[in-house]
Amino acid sequence: MIRLDGVGQVFDGREGRITALEKIDLHVRAGEFVTLIGRSGCGKSTLLRLIAGLLSPTSGTVRVAGEPVSGPRPDVSFMFQRPALLAWRSVLANVLLPVELDRSTAARDKAAYRDRAHELLELVGLQGFERRLPHELSGGMQQRVSLCRSLIRDPKVMLMDEPFSALDALTRTELSEELQRIKMELSTTIVFVTHSIDEAVVLADRAVVLSPRPGRLRDVVEIDIPRPRSLGQNGHVADVARISSRLHALLADKTPPIAERLVDEVWPR
Amino acid sequence: MTKRSWWTESRTAAVLLPVAGLIAAIGLWWLATIVFAVPKFLVPSPADVVARAAEDPMMLLESTWVSLAETVGGFLLAVVIGVPIALLIVRSAILERLVYPLLLMVNAIPKIAVAPLLAVWMGFGPSPKVVMVVLMCFFPIVISTAQGMKSTPVELVELLRSLNASRTQEFFKLRIWHAMPQIFTGLKVAISLAVIGSVIGEFIAATKGLGYLIYTSGASADTALAFAAILLLSIMSIVLFYGLVLLEHRLLPWAQEKR
Ligand SMILES: Nc1ncnc2c1ncn2[C@@H]1O[C@H](COP(=O)(O)OP(=O)(O)OP(=O)(O)O)[C@@H](O)[C@H]1O
Ligand SMILES: [Mg+2]
Repeated sequence: MIRLDGVGQVFDGREGRITALEKIDLHVRAGEFVTLIGRSGCGKSTLLRLIAGLLSPTSGTVRVAGEPVSGPRPDVSFMFQRPALLAWRSVLANVLLPVELDRSTAARDKAAYRDRAHELLELVGLQGFERRLPHELSGGMQQRVSLCRSLIRDPKVMLMDEPFSALDALTRTELSEELQRIKMELSTTIVFVTHSIDEAVVLADRAVVLSPRPGRLRDVVEIDIPRPRSLGQNGHVADVARISSRLHALLADKTPPIAERLVDEVWPR
Repeated sequence: MTKRSWWTESRTAAVLLPVAGLIAAIGLWWLATIVFAVPKFLVPSPADVVARAAEDPMMLLESTWVSLAETVGGFLLAVVIGVPIALLIVRSAILERLVYPLLLMVNAIPKIAVAPLLAVWMGFGPSPKVVMVVLMCFFPIVISTAQGMKSTPVELVELLRSLNASRTQEFFKLRIWHAMPQIFTGLKVAISLAVIGSVIGEFIAATKGLGYLIYTSGASADTALAFAAILLLSIMSIVLFYGLVLLEHRLLPWAQEKR
């Protein structure tokens, strides 16, 4: 679904050039849930923005659904760390924003999306809140609205940049369980950036570890724990602990990233 | 924790206190005119002012209407011109460099210095007053609108980019809305300036209006009439200001929370 070949990104910063990403090869299969984990500043957001078409890579190619990415696509949605809701719009109008802005959808088709919006809001437990304004909702509820907005056009790919990191631990667990449930229903491909090892383990089919400066692919960890998973009450505590400690080690390790040869082995193209 | 009392919390007190302040001020004014025995043609007492106003209420009302029409007309014109200019400035960096210094220069001109010229160009009718009002309130409107649109959070701009929004959509679905609270701040500054503008206009060349009334009554030492006209001007200014505040509450319920 998503394929990155030799992707590099160099920024012209004020203090010279910054190599944010270097030689990234990655293939995300359709329907797969991949978490992207790494230290602050290692280029996770940059990688997502490349896939979203908000940036074009300085080297290499990014493909989504087999086509080279040249700009934002309607079947790829982006969810931010903060809810990024428009304060003057009702919850419903916020969810419908992507449809409203889409100049290629006819007005008649747009009406059909209203029902979809109601469905989605119900799915995340926000039925009855359609007419509310964002400031009347809690942070967790706002992020749920944001989630509905990114689901409204049934995206093939969802890109999520630390979407739950501004929330308290309890809401966060709740939302990540909801996300898993939605994911199982919709079979969307998800790339999910996180700082949290726990989150990476609970959510992902595979966790991609980036190493900092320049951002490179350090390793990819398969997470083959049966779903649905959760942190507290599950029967896979040992598995979770094993994979968590592996990720810890990878994130803490200061040795240079794995050689490209190794990438090819772990990562059949 | 500060101690909360009826005086700072209740709604009745919120109305009572300013009214009490006003009554006290009028009382002091009255007292001063009696105690110091000020001649009526220098400082009239509140009673003198009311009596003078009662002599000719229609004329005062008509003058108020004239000034109000000039003020509101010029203000609305300034909004209609100012907001699109702000839009263009924010939209194009080239235009900003081109127009911004000009705007600053126009704003730097003491408006009162232009008033006689306006009279020469446009005569004694309402147009030079309206133009003066526009000159007075144009700048705060442009600046607040432009600043508001520029301060749109990057994440919201990025959100619209990720949704493939056009530049026009970015302005009309996002930036202008985000700027609304700041636009209203500018409008509230501008409306007070608008009142001043109409008075300046009427001082220089006019045949009616509250400003004209103040000017002519000064010449004939009819101080009580001047006071009445000044009071009406202040009331007009306050009513216009609170009209905007009310409008803001109505139109922008989502913006109240942030304050
Ligand atoms: N537009 C830009 N211009 C210049 N440098 C940039 C730009 N965007 C990102 N960078 C740099 O690229 C590097 C990677 O940034 P990025 O935001 O992708 O990191 P991140 O992994 O998402 O970090 P965090 O976990 O803190 O969100 C950083 O060193 C950053 O300073
Ligand atoms: Mg980031």
